[in-house]
Amino acid sequence: MALLSFERKYRVRGGTLIGGDLFDFWVGPFFVGFFGVTTAITASLGTALIFYAASLGPTWNPWLISIAPPDISYGLRLAPLREGGFWQIITICAIGAFVSWALREVEICRKLGIGYHVPFAYGFAIFAYVSLEVIRPFLLGAWGFGFPYGIFSHLDWVSNTGYQYLHFHYNPAHMIAVSFFFVTGGALAFHGALVLSSVNPAPGEAVKSPEYEDAFFRDTIGYSVGTLGIHRLGLFLALSAGFWSAICIIISGPLWTHGWPEWWNWWLNLPIWS
Amino acid sequence: MNRIDLTRTALMAVGGLGIMMLGGCEPGPKQTTQNGYRGAGLDQIVDVRHMIKTAAIPDAPYPLPPDGGPKAGETYQNVKVLSGLSTERFNHLMAEISQWIAPPEQGCAYCHNPENMASDEKYTKVVARRMLQMTQAINSTWSPHVQKVGVTCYTCHRGNGVPAYKWALPTGAPHPGSILGNRHDQNELSPDAAYSDLPTTGFADYLYGSNNIRVYGTTALPKYDGTGASVQTAEKTYGLMMHMSKALGVNCTFCHNTQAFGVWNLSRPQRATAWYGIRMVRDINNTYISSLKSVFPDNHDRKGPLGDPYKVNCMTCHQGQNKPLGGVSMLAQAPALWGPIPAFVKPGAASAAATPVAPASPVPLAMNATAAQPAMK
Repeated sequence: MALLSFERKYRVRGGTLIGGDLFDFWVGPFFVGFFGVTTAITASLGTALIFYAASLGPTWNPWLISIAPPDISYGLRLAPLREGGFWQIITICAIGAFVSWALREVEICRKLGIGYHVPFAYGFAIFAYVSLEVIRPFLLGAWGFGFPYGIFSHLDWVSNTGYQYLHFHYNPAHMIAVSFFFVTGGALAFHGALVLSSVNPAPGEAVKSPEYEDAFFRDTIGYSVGTLGIHRLGLFLALSAGFWSAICIIISGPLWTHGWPEWWNWWLNLPIWS
Repeated sequence: MNRIDLTRTALMAVGGLGIMMLGGCEPGPKQTTQNGYRGAGLDQIVDVRHMIKTAAIPDAPYPLPPDGGPKAGETYQNVKVLSGLSTERFNHLMAEISQWIAPPEQGCAYCHNPENMASDEKYTKVVARRMLQMTQAINSTWSPHVQKVGVTCYTCHRGNGVPAYKWALPTGAPHPGSILGNRHDQNELSPDAAYSDLPTTGFADYLYGSNNIRVYGTTALPKYDGTGASVQTAEKTYGLMMHMSKALGVNCTFCHNTQAFGVWNLSRPQRATAWYGIRMVRDINNTYISSLKSVFPDNHDRKGPLGDPYKVNCMTCHQGQNKPLGGVSMLAQAPALWGPIPAFVKPGAASAAATPVAPASPVPLAMNATAAQPAMK
């Protein structure tokens, strides 16, 4: 892949967190770095283990392949490979790959002298995954509470785990997360529509400036968050969606074991009216 | 307000909110059970500190006497259900019933006229006779549900004249023909629907009426065509299932794999037990309790707002445990409740006084699990 004419300017030495100059080079368009190497190793090993574990399973149907965690009876111990051990090693590889990728993003940020917003945002996705596969199983005392690696099987896990609380829509953190997901989608649509409206004026007219965009929202809802502000808002909304998703599953089991509708009885039991 | 103050205020607000939310939670130790293939999410997680404790099971009033000697039908007058039971065992059972049901200050007089024990003048005695038939029928014909543990009066009554958990037909719309004030028995914040907004009308439809639960779609994107399952029937079913979960202290995955609720070969055997339980409760409510409608006094704590006697649901026996009374059988101390006892017949006399007590319930005989399970695709 050819190097774009301006890219050379940004390919600067240094900024690595570990390894010094050892892996401070590019392969084609890709920066390598120490964490690029660890990403490659953990991702390859994890993927290979998925294929190997699948080869020991009953099917090659991609929808039905499933690599399941150990039985709950194993607790937080290691399990034999074919009884959940593969799942455990694959989980370690996945976390290694995800965290390596985030740190590689950090190194690139340091090279460019920009903020860490991208690895920070990606960190929320890692947190959501770690919540499901490490934090909640750890709090419940068994790796068997993690979800299995399979397209249909992980959906079954989601369904069954939700129905462990009779009606998951009553989970307060789930409510907040779902609301943030909706608002994220809405805000992105508003933002995209507004930008497109400004750069697609009537035939013969010039592209409109951000002042027009601000004026549109001031006229509509009395306030415009602004060109920079909409991106801060978007980041907040999207990260909140992921964050509260993680919270809603961490509290299901470790902090609440009944149906989620019943949790709201604290409201009925407030001393004001009870 | 500078930026640090704002941050501090925001942190305190978020922290305070977090602590408030945790206040409604159960951080204590958990007891977990895996009920399916690993990783399928078919688990029960119970907070140990909030587990329903098994109710104290009362000691027998006195040791069970040996069976033998004169029959109750010989010794006493007007014995209709237990005439074939030995007098010693009969007296023991009466003492147990008094202990299990009657208020202590009333004792035998709760049902009997102390001056004339044979008299049927107290309605409670007529009810008790029917309840004895019911208990015998449950233990002898509904073994797919009650299994070898069986039930006694105490399973439901727990020392109360009227069992603590019961239901009656709902009053319906307060202004017929108008939507004004009609809540469709939903949004009641009732433990009968596990505090959800779901309706509790499933009791009348499935535990009294003989509707079948058939809301599981067998095609992609099913449409309601006026027959079969509507959204409303799905909600009634969901409400009933919330009740069953709450009554048994379990979650949906105790019986179902939620991948496909209606598919039997993905379900646990407990679902078949519950299937018989629904039909057993229906039999109890129709054959036994409703038959006492004219016996129970009006304007009493025995009848609901529409004048129908209070009926049973899963909670009446289970009371928050998947096995009532923690699975302890009390029938060893009350063997007469295992099933109908052949009536005492006076030697040489036609059986006029002692009418044989047929189990009044038309319980289906095909009780083996495969035959009676509905075929579902």
